[in-house]
Amino acid sequence: MTTPAQAEQYDAIARELRARVVQMSCESKAPHLGSSLSCIDILVAAYWGVFSIDPTQPDAVERDRVILSKGHAAAALYATLAKRGFFPETWLNTFAADGSRLPEQPAPPGRDSVPGIEAATGSLGHGLSIGIGMALAGRINQRSYRVGVILSDGECNEGSVWEAAMFAASQKLHQLVAVVDFNKWQATGRSEDVMHLSPMVDKWRAFGWHTHEVDGHDIEALIHAMNDTHADKPTCVIAHTVKGKGVSFMEDDNNWHYRIPTDLELRDAQIELGVA
Amino acid sequence: MRNAFAKTVVTMAEQDPRVVLLSADIGNRLFDDYKSKFPDRFFNAGVAESNMISMAAGLAMNGMRPICYTITPFITARCLEQIRVDVCYHEQPVIIVGCGAGLSYASLGATHHSCEDIAMLRCLPRMNVVCPGDAHEVAAAIPAALAVNQPVYLRIGKKGEPLVHASVPPLEIGRALIVRPGRDVCLISTGNMLPVADEVSVIMRQRGVSVQVVSCHTIKPLDQTMLHDAFSRFGLVVTVEEHSLIGGLGSAIAEWSADHPHPSVRLLRLGTDDAFVHGVGSQASAREKQGLTAEAIVTRLEQTRITVARWPRNKRASA
Repeated sequence: MTTPAQAEQYDAIARELRARVVQMSCESKAPHLGSSLSCIDILVAAYWGVFSIDPTQPDAVERDRVILSKGHAAAALYATLAKRGFFPETWLNTFAADGSRLPEQPAPPGRDSVPGIEAATGSLGHGLSIGIGMALAGRINQRSYRVGVILSDGECNEGSVWEAAMFAASQKLHQLVAVVDFNKWQATGRSEDVMHLSPMVDKWRAFGWHTHEVDGHDIEALIHAMNDTHADKPTCVIAHTVKGKGVSFMEDDNNWHYRIPTDLELRDAQIELGVA
Repeated sequence: MRNAFAKTVVTMAEQDPRVVLLSADIGNRLFDDYKSKFPDRFFNAGVAESNMISMAAGLAMNGMRPICYTITPFITARCLEQIRVDVCYHEQPVIIVGCGAGLSYASLGATHHSCEDIAMLRCLPRMNVVCPGDAHEVAAAIPAALAVNQPVYLRIGKKGEPLVHASVPPLEIGRALIVRPGRDVCLISTGNMLPVADEVSVIMRQRGVSVQVVSCHTIKPLDQTMLHDAFSRFGLVVTVEEHSLIGGLGSAIAEWSADHPHPSVRLLRLGTDDAFVHGVGSQASAREKQGLTAEAIVTRLEQTRITVARWPRNKRASA
């Protein structure tokens, strides 16, 4: 159960992270801001409220594994990892710059990457399958770690997501939690118009998953759902979100999939988020 | 080769608790022994190759040594992007085993043929490409592939191919095997063409021509020592493969020879046409259509030997 003090802390972290990713996009001129803003609360829930991780031991064998399969929201992931203590927050100033360890989409763990990254993502439809492999390795080696994978709704266009969904269910991978950041948009259109995704929660249930449907900006609800698992099924949390969440003039406006905020817009966003 | 693979993978799993076998709903009964011994390290991934490859990468990222298996086009072209990103980009030691090299499954039609896989896998950074020549080479190639600790593509035939080696040879990735030494022509074979190459050397010997037969089981990385020797000692070097002339063994060696010029050597490349093989037929009949029988190869060798012999001395020396 989240205490009122924790809830307040999570809310403050989420606002700070939002302001940070707007700044990162503005300064680096890197796109995908709307996609980054929609998954901030999911990341806060995952990294502060659900998964067992120690930023001082990013390679600990028993750590829970978290994969941001929607790699285009890398700015949100980097801001989260830095705030959580995996690396200095000053590194965020190098986002997408020449020679940086923070590319626009996460690089493979190792010298070109930062601590806390489990897999290079950005090509959609890979993360869930990789997460299954990690969960299977844990099961074979009798380890109890959990695996969390965050997907986008556009990503669910990929057939490989549904291959993975069927396989995870057949293996009864209870240690696997998928969260779909269901912001109702993909790069160039309403996700429902591009591919018939609805009813999203019924699809995952039909594929053999234990499911939850929550407000993807209610951190307490997200934490509860991600922890409310099933003994014989993987869990999927459909998180209803708003693309561009937290900045009024970006919310539900798909132009912010690619648009870069001006200095003035950055200032306005910071004021709205209360971190100016 | 298929049975040698199934048998060897049991031995590997016995020796190494990290070995995990994944099959895309193929090999009915083939893996019964493995499954009974290591039920927790076998996964039937279903007819879902993309997921299988990415899962294998996830297993490898967490310390396991996955071996993925299904019919060649489905474990290469079908899921090439997963191999590229999840296996190669992440430098994970996943072994990808394609069963049914080239025209092995000729009778199933072009959907099951695979004459482009070497080309596709060879250009992926960090990928090793290994095509064993007979069942004994398969048995040796699997431990060798595990030992390199890198992505490996292992292209095997089906079952019942003739044996060329008398026993399991000492096989190292990137080190070709001289199967039969010779003086006049160097015939470099990869994969399941090895028995045919060997037959060619027998026929040519009866005609007074000494053919060296090389099993170039590793196409990437190429054995540079073997190539330097072949291009230094022979006037005619021939490559043979059950694969397109675009991008396979012959291409790889032509690229190498462009970078390491030996002007007095004629390189003859034999493989399949840049076309799908149409019409119903067995592997033997498909090979006939493609000129990949021992008799057809002997004819090509003899024709080319005449041409090479007619090269003016100054052209041979200064070309």
